[in-house]
Amino acid sequence: MLSTVSGVAALGMSAIVVGAAVMMLTSRNVVHAAFWMLGSMLGTAGVYLLLSATFVALVQVMVYAGAVAVLLLFVIMLTLRRREDAVRSRDFSAVALALAVLFGGVMLYVLWGLHVPAAPMPAIVPGIEEFGLLLFSTWMLPFEIASLVLTVALVGAVWWSGGRRGR
Amino acid sequence: MRVGMEFFIGLSAILFCLGLYGALSKRSAVMILMSLELMANAVNINLVAFSRFVTPKVMTGQFFAVFMMVVAAAEIGLGLALVLALYRQTQTIEVQFLNELKG
Repeated sequence: MLSTVSGVAALGMSAIVVGAAVMMLTSRNVVHAAFWMLGSMLGTAGVYLLLSATFVALVQVMVYAGAVAVLLLFVIMLTLRRREDAVRSRDFSAVALALAVLFGGVMLYVLWGLHVPAAPMPAIVPGIEEFGLLLFSTWMLPFEIASLVLTVALVGAVWWSGGRRGR
Repeated sequence: MRVGMEFFIGLSAILFCLGLYGALSKRSAVMILMSLELMANAVNINLVAFSRFVTPKVMTGQFFAVFMMVVAAAEIGLGLALVLALYRQTQTIEVQFLNELKG
């Protein structure tokens, strides 16, 4: 297998990811912005497929495009009193733009001189089976800690958002 | 035309900067959380790209990306719960009105 990825597909997927992200930041309607974020997440899943990370792409679609998008839309709907509140005035901050451009410039400059030796892909691409075997052997302890983190986060979210009347 | 790892790292850098701009400039708390998700996404692309091009056999970066997703899911869940609690107390989610601690 080669140590490169098809350029046309990669360019198309990147265009979807970056374009949807730009549309999310420029759209004035919060609900539209949530849907553009969903598009960006789906494009990212395509990028993962190009990088032959099947399981990560599946998790991306399920967690980000599924759960996080629904959660975001729920909170948007719960915190809008009227339909007109969804349309917001344009937030523009020159300082934020300057900081982001500076940061991006530094990163791309560093990237310019970067040379990482790329290892070629093995003939048989490791798939979900190898991923699962490794996850439940090498990565056993982090997996358990991750489940604990999710449980604590779930309980905390219910505790914070649940109405405690009378206080 | 074929592209290597530098392309994906560049994509991730651009996405991270977009997220950074959103997180710094937006006034709605929900929009800030969405921008944070963009930044987490950029980091994940980076991890998976390194996994594909540096350690393709043991997939270390992919595991890092999956655990990163766990943390990001916990973060967005807690963040949105916080936004809801905030809305219940102050009836607004615009961050410029949350200045009670200002001296």
